[in-house]
Amino acid sequence: MYRILQTVLVALFLFTAVPSGLRAEEALRDLVNALGEAKLSDMDEHIAALAKTGDPKVVAILEALGEGNLYARKADGQVFLTKESGSSLSLTDPVSGEAAGEAPKAALSKVKVNNGVRRAVRTALGSLTLLSPDRNARLKAAQSVLQSPNAEALGAIENALAGEKDGEVRTLLEQARATTLLISERPVEEKREAVRTLKERGGRGALSILSSALGSADETLKPDIEAALASIEQDQALWAAAQNVWYGLSLGSVLLLAAIGLAITFGVMGIINMAHGEMVMLGAYTTFLVQEVLRSSFPGLFDWSLAIALPLAFLVTGAVGLAMERGVIRFLYGRPLETLLATWGISLILQQSVRTIFGPTNREVGNPSWMSGAFELGGLTITWNRLWIILFALAVFAALMFLLRKTPMGLQMRAVTQNRRMASSMGIRTPWVDALTFALGSGIAGMAGVALSQIDNVSPNLGQGYIIDSFMVVVFGGVGNLWGTLVGAFSLGILNKFLEPYAGAVLGKILVLVLIILFIQKRPRGLFALKGRAVEA
Amino acid sequence: MITSFLIKSLDRTIVIAVATLLALAILVPALNLLTAPDHPLHVPTYLVSLFGKYLTYALLALALDLVWGFCGILSLGHAAFFALGGYAMGMYLMRQIGARGSYGNPLLPDFMVFLNWKELPWFWYGFDMFWFAALMVVLVPGLIAFVFGWFAFRSRVNGVYLSIITQAMTYALLLAFFRNDMGFGGNNGLTDFKDILGFNIQADGTRAALFAASALALAVFLVITSGIVRSKFGKVLVALRDAESRTRFLGYRVEHMKLFAFTVSAMMAGIAGALYVPQVGIINPGEFEPGNSIEVVIWTAVGGRGTLIGPIIGAILVNGGKSIFTAAFPEFWLFALGGLFVLVTLFLPKGVVGTAQQHVSRRRAYREARGDKDAGLPAAEPMAAE
Amino acid sequence: MTIRARVTGAFLAAVLSTTAFNGAFAAEDTIKVGILHSLSGTMAISETTLKDAMLMLIDEQNKKGGLLGKKLEAVVVDPASDWPLFAEKARELISVDKVSAVFGCWTSVSRKSVLPVFEELNSILFYPVQYEGEESQRNVFYTGAAPNQQAIPAVDYLMENEEVERWVLAGTDYVYPRTTNKILEAYLISKGVKPEDIMINYTPFGHSDWQTIVSDIKKFGSAGKKTAVVSTINGDANVPFYKELGNQGIKAEDIPVVAFSVGEEELAGLDTGPLVGHLAAWNYFQSVDNPANAEFIKTWKAYTKSDKRVTNDPMEAHYIGFNMWLKAVEKAGTTDTDAVLDAMIGISVPNLSGGYSTMMPNHHITKPVLIGEIQSDGQFETVWETPGLVVGDEWSDYLPDSKDLISDWRAPMSCGNFNVATGKCGGKGS
Repeated sequence: MYRILQTVLVALFLFTAVPSGLRAEEALRDLVNALGEAKLSDMDEHIAALAKTGDPKVVAILEALGEGNLYARKADGQVFLTKESGSSLSLTDPVSGEAAGEAPKAALSKVKVNNGVRRAVRTALGSLTLLSPDRNARLKAAQSVLQSPNAEALGAIENALAGEKDGEVRTLLEQARATTLLISERPVEEKREAVRTLKERGGRGALSILSSALGSADETLKPDIEAALASIEQDQALWAAAQNVWYGLSLGSVLLLAAIGLAITFGVMGIINMAHGEMVMLGAYTTFLVQEVLRSSFPGLFDWSLAIALPLAFLVTGAVGLAMERGVIRFLYGRPLETLLATWGISLILQQSVRTIFGPTNREVGNPSWMSGAFELGGLTITWNRLWIILFALAVFAALMFLLRKTPMGLQMRAVTQNRRMASSMGIRTPWVDALTFALGSGIAGMAGVALSQIDNVSPNLGQGYIIDSFMVVVFGGVGNLWGTLVGAFSLGILNKFLEPYAGAVLGKILVLVLIILFIQKRPRGLFALKGRAVEA
Repeated sequence: MITSFLIKSLDRTIVIAVATLLALAILVPALNLLTAPDHPLHVPTYLVSLFGKYLTYALLALALDLVWGFCGILSLGHAAFFALGGYAMGMYLMRQIGARGSYGNPLLPDFMVFLNWKELPWFWYGFDMFWFAALMVVLVPGLIAFVFGWFAFRSRVNGVYLSIITQAMTYALLLAFFRNDMGFGGNNGLTDFKDILGFNIQADGTRAALFAASALALAVFLVITSGIVRSKFGKVLVALRDAESRTRFLGYRVEHMKLFAFTVSAMMAGIAGALYVPQVGIINPGEFEPGNSIEVVIWTAVGGRGTLIGPIIGAILVNGGKSIFTAAFPEFWLFALGGLFVLVTLFLPKGVVGTAQQHVSRRRAYREARGDKDAGLPAAEPMAAE
Repeated sequence: MTIRARVTGAFLAAVLSTTAFNGAFAAEDTIKVGILHSLSGTMAISETTLKDAMLMLIDEQNKKGGLLGKKLEAVVVDPASDWPLFAEKARELISVDKVSAVFGCWTSVSRKSVLPVFEELNSILFYPVQYEGEESQRNVFYTGAAPNQQAIPAVDYLMENEEVERWVLAGTDYVYPRTTNKILEAYLISKGVKPEDIMINYTPFGHSDWQTIVSDIKKFGSAGKKTAVVSTINGDANVPFYKELGNQGIKAEDIPVVAFSVGEEELAGLDTGPLVGHLAAWNYFQSVDNPANAEFIKTWKAYTKSDKRVTNDPMEAHYIGFNMWLKAVEKAGTTDTDAVLDAMIGISVPNLSGGYSTMMPNHHITKPVLIGEIQSDGQFETVWETPGLVVGDEWSDYLPDSKDLISDWRAPMSCGNFNVATGKCGGKGS
């Protein structure tokens, strides 16, 4: 009897055990297929249900959903993970993970995603991957539970925290725990501890969490939260000043880049070069072309696009500058105001040429990965592209100084601009030096264009936005003095950024202009005036 | 004294130019109003307001020529004075709309009503009276030029530095007028004018009268500027243009003279702006665009700097070209315009009129030299001064 | 004869001869259509596409046999982003070229500049761009969105679906953002949003340094309430704005940005990877899936001979406006302005988002409102749509001075600003 019972039980067990795997799979498939028919407003529940299964396959499914790679087959409502392949999509079965052939886009309909869905996916993924063996996955998970706290995940976080060895992940997890604790039903004492952790963390994120917790907090906890808020805000105010300096430096570096080529063509050579902005624009378009070629032919080299574009832009705009000098400007030496007219005409022609060739609309210039995103330095948020641009501007400046001061070419340039006749008598081929100097100034403008393409529009109007500011910088710094341009650019940048929070962007700019006008009254030849009699000539 | 000023101011070219302008002031309106539309000599209203606009540009170029051609001050901000005069006139025209605006508010212009302004800003008071607006048309640009010039010339800011800070001035004004909080209608500026001095601004008669007024104003200011540059004062102006330090050492108060010329020129620009606005029907901050001021310089250069007549011709030529090209080759007209500037600076450095005058005087000198060996050299060309 | 007189004479002759030249064209039996879009200057970036779209539409219509048995002929001019030049060119199109209707303008100021000309010379303008409202003119048909066809539904969406409680209204300092933000502010307050939860910020045209403002938005967004940005930032300034957003790590899941001036054309100049999920409100997206739109996109790509050219909302507005005009002319049997103006009202044509748009008596049209999220391929995906069509409301109900005004251009009212409180035409009717 006992035996029979045992066999029956074993049989029953076998009978249920084998298909139970299958049944779980079936259940998962049903859940996934339900995504295809769900309304956007019900997606939260579907995602939560998927996450609850705890099945490791869910991670890939949710990731695909978040990225918009989940499609339902119109014919039978089956949902697949997809990947772009040509004009059709290659399908992968979400449950078995096997390839399921290809299908044209028209036969599939995308599982719709919106911000709400992406948030739900982020939350779900966070708690699912907290225990992942991959350290980076855990880091990402910790970040996402921190960003979208969910009281139900508290257990999972504490569980993960117990086994976590990595320092960085641990800190994040502790903060996430504190954040989640505040919105949970835990006792006040634990919450007080959490407030302390958050206070130590500081920053905008903590501010946001604490102030949202303030409203629903227990009466006894409120003073703690308020004190923490006050202390964080005080910190923030200090950092805000530092942040302003950083923004000012960054704006200054943009001004420096835009102006530095002009400091040569206008400052050193005395040509009122209204086509300077167009040189910057040509540099930016060179970057665009380089990226187009790389995208279509060598996608792997995309991160190198700027490095490739820099010398090319220098050559292209340098050549255009050379042509300009030889074709037009050399006939106008000694008549600087007439160079204004001719170069204005040239700038119109260049703009319209670009408009005709590339079209009037903005062109897409991508940021290489090393120029995207930001990092935190204390309370400062520093974006990579701005950091690189500051460094690049300084490097260009240093290289130019070196060229002018330490090379024979630079010596000749300085000689020619200071006393043309004397230089000519000493055997310097002055026309040749003029042409090279102008080409150098133009080439540098082109390199500036490569950098500016990273933060601004690449359109035929790009140059116009910088031309006036560039002239202001050169004149403010003192015509003919590169150090003046450097100091001028950075001081105008910082001044602008300190005025902006109080006066607003428009009024701030007007004030800066008025200050420049007043400053020129005080020092009619700019910050670093050239001294001596030559100035009068 | 005034008669001697007038007589001095008139030489043959000026007389002919003034006579042409006066003739135009009578003929064009007459042909527009009195002939039937299909008459071969009929001037369509479209051309009347178009040429009316050119004449105001010509007056602006003439104003620039006074300071650039005769005083060596290259102002890259003259369009600002033009726009200020235009705004003063625009404010008068706005107030004339009265309760006929969309919201029927008798006091506030439409743009203030829908942005919930409750009362008229103080600087709009008085603009309902024509005499006050007319006064402001000359006073505001004059005052700004006076203050700006007083500081700049006293500190001996000159050359390129002066050019760039005039550009900074117009740029600052551009940004300021763009601000809606300023109470000048922001980017949209002032539009939808109804009438001027009680006459419907869209009527053919009013347009013809405005054309005549522009031609008359141009003629009057041509005589005045010609009088200024031919007077003793004008000679000193030219002297300080060509050698400022030397003139100063001779005992002239250079900065006062510059200031006078600059202020007069700004007032002329203001009047040009005031005549411009009713003819085009809009004034907005775009007129402060630094590019516009550069264009004025280009008209002057194309026509011939320092010739008085030249800038007038330059303004009409360039703008006429623009009107034709933008319709005939909408995609390529910028090439033509840009090319024109380059070619003129390369091949006609003295501008159309300057080159022609040079040609005429050379021929005359050649003839005289052949006929009379003692006649001496023709008067030296003024040195190019920057 | 002096040189001056000679030159002027020659020039006058030149102008007159071009007039005559143009006149000679008019002798041929065509119906002329004016296209008044900037092809150079700052606005060329947006307007050139519309010129191409119009040329394509006219071309297509001629293939179908033209209008009233005549061919259509496009007259293109370049007002060069110069507002007074818009007025001059409008006058030239109407009185010299004798066009039957004009399709054109983008900015409010260009429209304001040409309004008196159309009124004086009694011609027709089709204006295809979303604008601030507060206007209804007898000679103008507004085929773009009024604020209630774009801004208010977008805010509703954010309030309901994203549960936004704190609002940043960021815009370029000109009349469209100013008015739209005034309307939105009044609307939000009427929905119970506290004034301290609204931050309003204006920047100049072409603003390119967004560091401070983006960090202010971040700060404003860290007050513990769900925050969203409503952006009325104009064209060119958007690219650096979005780049800064992406770099400072503001994700759509945290602080979504909904824009009213960013369409497919603007996104074409951007790497949209970091921007996925930010929103835009329009009446049309290229991604809208229906046969009429597929056909339109196909024709457009063939016409421009480029696979990369995108379509956008103002193009659709021209498509609707042009078809409405064709239908009205056929109905009236003439291109005579007054007859066409009468025939236009009530005309209904298919739009590209899968329904019909009708010209209302206030010269605005009915449109669906779509909210789309930016995708990584530079397109939008519709995430929400108004259940029916929305009628353009020219005089906003949320501004104190305009709430009593209505517009009805049908006889016998024929008034663009009828005050329902006083029962008189002309604002307050005083």
